Amino acid sequence: MSTNLPLGTPPPVAAIDRPLYTPIKRRSFFMYAGATAGATALVLAGCSKSDETPGLVNVGSGDAGVLNYAYALEQLEAAFYTKLRSGSYYMGLGSTSAEKLILDDLYYHEVIHRDFLNAAIVAAKATPIKSLEVDFSGINFNDRASVLGTAKAFEDLGVAAYNGAGQYITNPGYLFIAGKIVSVEARHAAIIRDLVMENTFVGTDIAGSNSQEISKSPSTVVATANTFLANGSKLDVSGIM
Amino acid sequence: MNFFQILSEIEKVDPEVYERLDSRRRVFKHMSGVGQKLAAAALPMFVGSVLNKAYAQTNSGLAVQDVLNFALKLEYLEMYFYQQRTGLQNISVNNMAALATIASDELNHVNFLKTAIGGISGAVVFSDPTVNAYDFSGGKGTGAGPFSDWKSNPATYLALAESLEDTGVRAYKGAAPLTSVMANKTVLTAALNIHSIEARHASHIRAMRRAGASNNTPSQGVPASPYDAKPKSWISGTDNGGAAAMYTAPVYGAGNDTGTATYGASNQTGSAAGVTFVAESNITQGGVALSSTTLPNTANFPASAFSEAFDEGLDVGTVSAIAKTFVVAGNTMFG
Repeated sequence: MSTNLPLGTPPPVAAIDRPLYTPIKRRSFFMYAGATAGATALVLAGCSKSDETPGLVNVGSGDAGVLNYAYALEQLEAAFYTKLRSGSYYMGLGSTSAEKLILDDLYYHEVIHRDFLNAAIVAAKATPIKSLEVDFSGINFNDRASVLGTAKAFEDLGVAAYNGAGQYITNPGYLFIAGKIVSVEARHAAIIRDLVMENTFVGTDIAGSNSQEISKSPSTVVATANTFLANGSKLDVSGIM
Repeated sequence: MNFFQILSEIEKVDPEVYERLDSRRRVFKHMSGVGQKLAAAALPMFVGSVLNKAYAQTNSGLAVQDVLNFALKLEYLEMYFYQQRTGLQNISVNNMAALATIASDELNHVNFLKTAIGGISGAVVFSDPTVNAYDFSGGKGTGAGPFSDWKSNPATYLALAESLEDTGVRAYKGAAPLTSVMANKTVLTAALNIHSIEARHASHIRAMRRAGASNNTPSQGVPASPYDAKPKSWISGTDNGGAAAMYTAPVYGAGNDTGTATYGASNQTGSAAGVTFVAESNITQGGVALSSTTLPNTANFPASAFSEAFDEGLDVGTVSAIAKTFVVAGNTMFG
């Protein structure tokens, strides 16, 4: 929403928007004064990020919102494990090799997770978010390190995400399901990490000195997830926190 | 908000905490009906005692400190198990290092839970049972159970490790939806954050088993159906009963849905709450029977993938019966 304010006056900033506020500098003011484009820029300066980037996918609120959040992350993982199958790293793996068997299972599991969550959201009489468009331009699917490094990032992120979302679920059946899924994601994460480097199934990057997973809030998770989602498919999780 | 202050507030609503923690009094309550229960129960080794079943039925309430004490008991069991890894022969350097990492994690979990419970006003922290409370041979104190070479034979040791980790992982999932846990966001999140570490342990133990204990690159091991001796990092069906099926089948089997534990804020039991304890081979989730019919993009997926994609939870009673196998006779920490 727009709040037309005198220039140079900091708008009242809600905590959630605070990092996004950028004061307009004097020079910019003169650029904007009297210019139509500038007027638009001024309007936008007072607005939330959702308004600046129309086309954020809002996961909703309540338990359905959390399920849609999980559905979004599983879409991302499923798309990744699907796409890697046509890259030369995967295609070059021996048909009975450990790595091929693992990547096959991860593909099956994540597609099952994704499609299950869609069905669960429908069964809950809620509306699943749309099919997301991914952005894997930063991944080299012909390179083992790039593929496994990304797999590791996605799996660790998924575990941190499920663990951080549990507290927002009110229905015990949904929490139980989330636990069943994250249990498998953690098994995934461990073996992928071991493939990258033996014995890194746990590590200080994902667990604190108390040997507990470092769970992440939905907003922290989507800050990362959104870097792998195209414009128009980036997530807004403000409704579930 | 102060974590321990939150726990103190929860404790105020459960004044009967002392009764719940007195396991001997509870045992005497359930001596009647022993004959009936003996006749009804099938008694494979891990699910041995009638008294365990009786104890399992009386998990009503399960205040947050009860749940945390139960977790603490399981973590002590694992801690002492991994502490005793040092005599293993013919195990690779990397694998020994992995066991040391896991041992350190379990010690940290014990310490966290002790502190957490200690912060609950009036709660009694389960006392350190010491290493002498356990017999990981499965011999109840004789050292001569079916796993008698566990201290030296890494194949036996890792078979036990996989069984213990898979049991612990199921236990945490069974506890998360409990009313007292869901009501306490700090405890719930901590439980989830311990649970996923245990699942990582389980995954790595399985890698070590399928590659062989002396193999220094366990990530490269190849699993082999039926996955009892060379498992995947995830549970496939019931893994043919697990590492030592005659004894480990209950780790992958169904639990007990008839207990009185309540789940969620509405204090519902079992299936009403959507919480049921089924075998690991289960392929129905949230009422959805998983197949390529219900999940159209899974055509041509191997049947095993549907059970692998979800782990299952287990109730306190069934976990207790499994854990009790490794406790010396006469010790009632698990009933």
